Amino acid sequence: MRIGIGLPSGIPGVRGDLVVRWAERAEAAPFSSLAVIDRVAYDSYDPLLALAAAAGVTRRVRLVTAILVSPLRNTVLLAKELASLDQLSAGRLVVGFGVGAREEDYAMAGVDHRGRGSRLTEQLRTLRRIWEEGKVGPPPAQPGGPPFLVGGFADEAFARAARYAQGYFHGGGPPRAFGRGAELARIAWREAGRPGEPELWGQGYFALGEDARERAIRYMRDYYAFTGPLVERIVGQLLTTPQAVVQFVEGYAEAGCHELVLMPAVPDPDQVDRLAEAVACAW
Amino acid sequence: MRVVIVGGGPAGLYLALLLKKASPRDEITVLERNPPDATYGWGVVFSDRTLAEFREADEVTYRQITDRFVLWDAIDVYAHGERLRCGGHVFAGIARTALLEILQRRCAELGVVLRFRTEVRQPEDLPPYDLLVGADGVGSTVRSWHAEVFRPRITPGRARYIWLGTPRPFGAFTFVFRQTEWGLFQAHAYPYAGRMSTFIVECGEEAWKRAGFHEADEVQTLRRCEEIFAEVLRGNPLFSNNSRWIRFPTLRTVTWHHGRIVLLGDAAHTAHFSIGSGTKLAMEDAIALARALQTYEDLETALEAYELERRPAVEAFQRAALQSQRTFETTQRAMRLDPYRLTLYLLTRSGRISYEDLRVRDARFVQRVESHLASEWDEVRLPCPPVHLPFALRGLRLPNRIARRPASACGALDGLPGQAQQRALCGLAARGAGLVLTEILAVSPEGRITPEDAGLYRGEHGEAWKRIVQAVHAEGSRIGAVLGHAGRRGATRSRRFGVDLPLTEPWELLAPSALPYHPDGPVPRAMGREDMEAVREAFVRAARLAAHAGFDLLHLHFGSGYLLASFLSPLTNRREDAYGGSLENRMRFPLEVFRAVREVWEGPLGVTLPASDRARGGIPEQEALAIARAFREAGCDLVEVTAGQTVPDEDPTYGRGYLAPYAEAVRLEVGIPVLVGGGLTLSEANVLVASGRADLCVLDLEGDGFVDKSPPSLVS
Repeated sequence: MRIGIGLPSGIPGVRGDLVVRWAERAEAAPFSSLAVIDRVAYDSYDPLLALAAAAGVTRRVRLVTAILVSPLRNTVLLAKELASLDQLSAGRLVVGFGVGAREEDYAMAGVDHRGRGSRLTEQLRTLRRIWEEGKVGPPPAQPGGPPFLVGGFADEAFARAARYAQGYFHGGGPPRAFGRGAELARIAWREAGRPGEPELWGQGYFALGEDARERAIRYMRDYYAFTGPLVERIVGQLLTTPQAVVQFVEGYAEAGCHELVLMPAVPDPDQVDRLAEAVACAW
Repeated sequence: MRVVIVGGGPAGLYLALLLKKASPRDEITVLERNPPDATYGWGVVFSDRTLAEFREADEVTYRQITDRFVLWDAIDVYAHGERLRCGGHVFAGIARTALLEILQRRCAELGVVLRFRTEVRQPEDLPPYDLLVGADGVGSTVRSWHAEVFRPRITPGRARYIWLGTPRPFGAFTFVFRQTEWGLFQAHAYPYAGRMSTFIVECGEEAWKRAGFHEADEVQTLRRCEEIFAEVLRGNPLFSNNSRWIRFPTLRTVTWHHGRIVLLGDAAHTAHFSIGSGTKLAMEDAIALARALQTYEDLETALEAYELERRPAVEAFQRAALQSQRTFETTQRAMRLDPYRLTLYLLTRSGRISYEDLRVRDARFVQRVESHLASEWDEVRLPCPPVHLPFALRGLRLPNRIARRPASACGALDGLPGQAQQRALCGLAARGAGLVLTEILAVSPEGRITPEDAGLYRGEHGEAWKRIVQAVHAEGSRIGAVLGHAGRRGATRSRRFGVDLPLTEPWELLAPSALPYHPDGPVPRAMGREDMEAVREAFVRAARLAAHAGFDLLHLHFGSGYLLASFLSPLTNRREDAYGGSLENRMRFPLEVFRAVREVWEGPLGVTLPASDRARGGIPEQEALAIARAFREAGCDLVEVTAGQTVPDEDPTYGRGYLAPYAEAVRLEVGIPVLVGGGLTLSEANVLVASGRADLCVLDLEGDGFVDKSPPSLVS
């Protein structure tokens, strides 16, 4: 199992240079990937622009959207952006897609919330065709375009991942929850008649160190406020000690995860090193 | 806080006492229209897990409840004149009157205001409140005041049932099946007090009418039920308590709270009685609501938290209950099973007890079942897990019930299989599968799904397969060739990139009607008579090549939206000639192909059929069964059930064994051997085979080595 780390671009009040320095540290740490979240109606960076900045200061890590709410975006422009990003990073892009959980983002972007699922399906099918036709350049650096992952908990999400992507991006939770999602992803993959196995990605939130915990909880409560009382359950899963990180990482590896992305809940640059240190003790 | 609870059943009373206990200064009032000693129903059942929650919530009532309990741990099934018992299932029953008495007393002790004989008809009847709780049952008055918010949806079951009591003591949870001149009648009986038992009688609508229950009065009803179940009642009478025959109403509501109003128990949701969970769910609701009200200052947040906690649990129960309800509504078809299979079939009906669980609960019972199954095969000397039983199919003997197939196309060139196929199939055989199936082999170049597909349409394909068949035989397995034609799902790219992504230059596609699979995909040509003949002959040629190659079984893939499946489904077949329209017409061409193959292939011949299109306007269940029946009559030996992929924008449901309900329907209703896959592990396969729901199982979740257990690493 590989381990990636999130950029702090989804945490309110973070300065641009911090995002860039964070990316440099992660490259040196060394994590396998850098991931970003996507929200419109929130104080967060545009995910693709944040990854573009990271691309400029890294050479090795893969750049991942976890996940991109693509139905909000025009498909042709998105094809151009993703291909550009793939070129700028010399073929290190991995695109996680989803319909998102917040109706608010759709309202803000002026996009109809209904029909988001079928729009995502259509985008997954269309993006590769646009790249292939070559009328919209540049072509992606990776042959055939970057790998696609699909996130979401509905049966349709598993079907989309199995039919039009290279794998499934689980939305978070304890290793057992990941295991259940992974099983459904495999079942759908089999049904679709795909060769091999789906790529299975997972994610979690971390904030290491005593003073980090309180701030992290405040951020999580704010970011997930829309889930109502469920937010406490999400906060409860926050990884705040090296012990918790090791347990979580080992649990995910055991559950068949291929790449686990740990997202920061506080934007302190030393979090990168703290996490690398904790992860090094797993196994 | 002033809380008014409408309804003095177990949920309302339990909530009242929990709230009063937590905050003695709150004013808690329960309004009940009946007098304190009036009650309907007989006994209620709890599991040990629910009891543990009761203990934590209120030790006093827990002790009183457990003092009055009847405990039992077995399930008995009476059918075909025999009784089978399986132990290890802990249940506890108590008279509903006793439970209410305990709760009422505790409420009174704590200072809850209990107002009996108080009917609430409109909001004006209520005393002032900060929180109003609707605990007034499935026909809730409180809910009806805001029906547009709660949007209750009641789905009545198909069967009729009546809730009776009897002084006949039962030693176990008992299911009784009686085949009568009017039809099948079944009883669910369980003990709840020293002598009394609950006795629920259930039957189909037709049997109910034929037996005259629709015009019988109370006494006639009781006498007739006593007559039907005389054998098991042993001279004991049945009692009624205002009992009526009803169809079980499953209630769902879009929300459980609105402003200062919240619904509890049956007022918010119901689940079929056959998993015995109504009172349990209601009292668990009460615990969760009381806890949420203590945890959160803000009422809205508390009610939201209550619903968030309970809804997933309740919905999971409703799903299991629905499955159980369906089982009892269709037990007629299970009557073809012997008592052993039938008992196992009932025990595993909601999919929550695995084969291993059963062995832990009652090893002797499992051993008896296994001995019985083994006794049906001369060569099986010792009882064994069901999947290790042999199977016979038109002269072919399979060593066990496990089938395997490779994940997908292994990269053939112009249909020619090679080392990749041999390695994949021999690998599956070496791991013990009795039957190995090929990927779908195209019967013609245009019938391929992708250019990488293997085929069986040229002489050299036959030769190549002959070598692979011999290699698989050397591993001790039998091998079946799966033939197919992609139809409108053809000419797509390698499935490494995804499915149904058209080639840049697709070859011409064939379909019953000129409808593309995806709106952005190539439009197929609607088949003419010559096309049909060519396809039929391609299948016949492939069957001959398969015979030459030495395959043990031939299997035609008529599912998943491929060519022949798209003739069967009304969603994809819009023809107006003799091959479209009615079911008979839609089956015409697939049956023509099947019969032509049947003529040249002497060995066992199977078909993959769609049991559902998983889309609105698709093949209904009765048609799916009629299709299977038609193929059985045409000489089909084995049906594999699939579902969906007829159209891309479908409504899938994944999960372990998601195809098993279809397999069960086809096997029991049509009476034909069934092969099933769909996320099965060995445990599910054992249950399916032993309970008579399937004959052969495709294992695709287990032991394929796809769990990446490499140590975590930072670098890719």
